[in-house]
Amino acid sequence: MRELSLNVLDIAQNSISAGASLITISLSENTRENRLIIEIADNGRGMDERQLSRVTDPFYTTRTTRDVGMGVPLFKMAAEMTGGTFEIDSVPNEGTRLKAVFLPRHVDCMPVGDMCSTVVMLISMNTQLDFIYTEAVGSESFTLDTRELKQTLDGVPLNDPEVVGWLTEYFTQQTKKIHGGAVNEDD
Amino acid sequence: MKTIEELKAIRDKARERLSVREQDDGDKIRVVVGMATCGIAAGARPVLAELVEEVGRRGLGNVSVSQTGCIGLCQYEPIVEVTEPGKEKVTYVKMNPEKALKVVTEHLVNGRPVQEYTIGAYTK
Repeated sequence: MRELSLNVLDIAQNSISAGASLITISLSENTRENRLIIEIADNGRGMDERQLSRVTDPFYTTRTTRDVGMGVPLFKMAAEMTGGTFEIDSVPNEGTRLKAVFLPRHVDCMPVGDMCSTVVMLISMNTQLDFIYTEAVGSESFTLDTRELKQTLDGVPLNDPEVVGWLTEYFTQQTKKIHGGAVNEDD
Repeated sequence: MKTIEELKAIRDKARERLSVREQDDGDKIRVVVGMATCGIAAGARPVLAELVEEVGRRGLGNVSVSQTGCIGLCQYEPIVEVTEPGKEKVTYVKMNPEKALKVVTEHLVNGRPVQEYTIGAYTK
């Protein structure tokens, strides 16, 4: 993986496979404290203690098409190699929550990358599910909640090409705004 | 600025469009992209994004693009599978956005699979 946003896309696929109906992703950046925190939580079927204890082992997987499960171990490694931490908690039938802390100034910290692509793809490819994405930079934040979007869209699917186009631009503008970038009000 | 008001306008426009071209899913060309760890690490995200965008841009109402897990051929990722009703599945391997674009124009629009990108051509 070359971007943290790709890890997020990958981990969220686990939530989808776990039958989650709501997936919450948050990214929070604190430059002064040199911290970048990514949290992913779902209400899927969760894992029992035995599964949970083996989930960071790359040679453990519940899949049958291959013998390795690299998603969680790669994400854990990405955090720990910056001097950060990784935690995963799960309750059977309630869901799984995962938290990775990165030290962005570390030379081995991967760039966040194209989070817009990750989030828009998750939303448009899984219109039956709901996603809440929050990005915070210092005291500024932006939240995208598909439950609200669905209310506005009133039956028009989130994978309609024009809706996807709107989502991409809206996401880009909102994140740019909280990062202190100039946004052209006429766009 | 993009606003919720604008989203409402898109909704109203989409409603008119959707009622015109409702199509039975069984008659659709199915395009599936492998999006497990192997696929994502190999570059499946931009491939899927390109497919969705081009299919949308051309208004191909007879094509559905979706994602799947690991197909079991990790070394050939990114993998794209195209299934046309009544025809054998075509498996494209080692895809990138440029190749994806060609698959849309040649295969999905013109009905001619791009042989050189298929797994058969690759493993020869």
